[in-house]
Amino acid sequence: MPIEVRNLTHIYSKGQPDEHRALDEISFTIEDGSFVGIIGHTGSGKSTLVQHLNGILRPTRGKIIVDGEDITAKHVSLTDVRKKVGLVFQYPEYQLFEETVAKDVAFGPKNLGLPEQQIDMRVRQAIELVGLDYDEVADMSPFDLSGGQKRRVAIAGVVAMQPKVLVLDEPTAGLDPKSHDDIFAMLDAMREKQQMTTILVSHNMDDVAANADKVLVIDEGKLAMEGTPAEVFSRGEELAGLGLDLPSVTNILSKLRENGIDAATDTFDVKEAAAAIAAALNARTEAPETAQALDSAPEKREADI
Amino acid sequence: MIRDITIGQYYQRESPVHRLDPRTKIIMTIAYIIGIFLVKSYAGFAFATLCLAVAIAVSRVPLSFILRGLKPIFFIILFTFFLNMFMYGGTVLVKIGPFTITDEGFHTAVFMAIRLILLILGSSMLTLTTRPIQLTDGIERLLSPLKRFGVPSHELAMMMTIALRFIPTLLEETDKIMKAQQARGADFESGSIFRRAKNMIPILVPLFISAFRIAQDMALAMEARCYHGGEGRTRMNQIRFAGRDVFAWLLTAAFIAVIILERTIL
Repeated sequence: MPIEVRNLTHIYSKGQPDEHRALDEISFTIEDGSFVGIIGHTGSGKSTLVQHLNGILRPTRGKIIVDGEDITAKHVSLTDVRKKVGLVFQYPEYQLFEETVAKDVAFGPKNLGLPEQQIDMRVRQAIELVGLDYDEVADMSPFDLSGGQKRRVAIAGVVAMQPKVLVLDEPTAGLDPKSHDDIFAMLDAMREKQQMTTILVSHNMDDVAANADKVLVIDEGKLAMEGTPAEVFSRGEELAGLGLDLPSVTNILSKLRENGIDAATDTFDVKEAAAAIAAALNARTEAPETAQALDSAPEKREADI
Repeated sequence: MIRDITIGQYYQRESPVHRLDPRTKIIMTIAYIIGIFLVKSYAGFAFATLCLAVAIAVSRVPLSFILRGLKPIFFIILFTFFLNMFMYGGTVLVKIGPFTITDEGFHTAVFMAIRLILLILGSSMLTLTTRPIQLTDGIERLLSPLKRFGVPSHELAMMMTIALRFIPTLLEETDKIMKAQQARGADFESGSIFRRAKNMIPILVPLFISAFRIAQDMALAMEARCYHGGEGRTRMNQIRFAGRDVFAWLLTAAFIAVIILERTIL
């Protein structure tokens, strides 16, 4: 189910003194089953962009075609659109409201008008998919859970609608490192089971580099770059100009390159990077400056990680 | 639509209205509100509207921004308009089925609608041109003579500022929660009144939780900075009356005089 965005423009408070052009002529295509990372500085328009993908916001101009259907057209049922494209907002745990976890997760499927039996099945499935134990949490109040668990319940609330495309806006913001890793492990497992297209809005370049097969860079409402992580992150200086970092692995590799160690910079995996550095060092054992570079390399690594 | 609510917002501009002492602006606003409830003729309302228009022009806050504040209460205005129109006895103008529109009813309805509009616009002028901090200072200083009778003026003023300060925050929060629930297929726009009221639960519960969380954080932050009420508290910026305030008082006095004149003559 490809998503095609064509010349998308969104202007807040059009015609008012506080008019603000949040999105400006953005066009791109997202293929079925792909994992797309959207990065950009705070206020660049990322959140505005993803809110268009399931019709929460209507564009000022432009089209969004999901599964061959223009969802900006007037006659389109928004419930259908939301069934296809699930959107997990920033800090989604603040949307929890029911007495029990199971009831809260059932909210979405219920709104879709599914029969009771199917709702129960989906709720159980969604709770298990986000890595929680259904029998343990189903009858608990969502407010008695930990921060990371609350967030998973909130994500389950969207997953239970069984969208073909899952959009997550900063899903790990404010979580501790363990919960952060848990969320990504959960995403991996979910993608494996459901093959859903995933769109991730993030500030964390490491997460984007490690997961995405396509990266969109948004700057001041415009699409600044588009490509594979390797393509986008090879343009470190331009990214820095947009106020964005490189993934930590790329950062180390490119700094090593500046200092004369010619390791391949196209990997985002720590182990692969270590191998590349070792290979580069081995290739230059005879060269006199290698000893120097070797000394500084571990420090740099630690400092950057 | 939630972005349209402008009550309690501050609009940064350099203007004589913005520079006025907050006490002056509070008194002017109260005088204006009393004024619009005293007038009883179209000429009077025209005069009150003109005064407000001049104040808006001088304040340099864009008119479209101020008018946007009316959008959310449009239905309240419409409702009161029709309620007033059908509820009065007197000379019958038109009769449609069970509804009769009387001469008195029609005029009361128009007056009430204008009053509401001017009330909203007038009071939003106060918050649009006064920083919340200044507003509190003003309220506190105005109430301070009552301290002797046990009125906790500082605490009252602080409560009011906090309430005002959090209107935009809570609106933003409401907007976010609404969007999140819409993403889960919630529908807030269709169905009967009961259905719609029930549909508000997924918004209200998270909103209350947010409000309590914000209140708790706020109390903690205040305590961490040793806030302990008004006793012995000093200010960085002392508010003082200036020449322009005297001028504004004179205008206010003139406004009230014209209104009283209108009441006695017309």
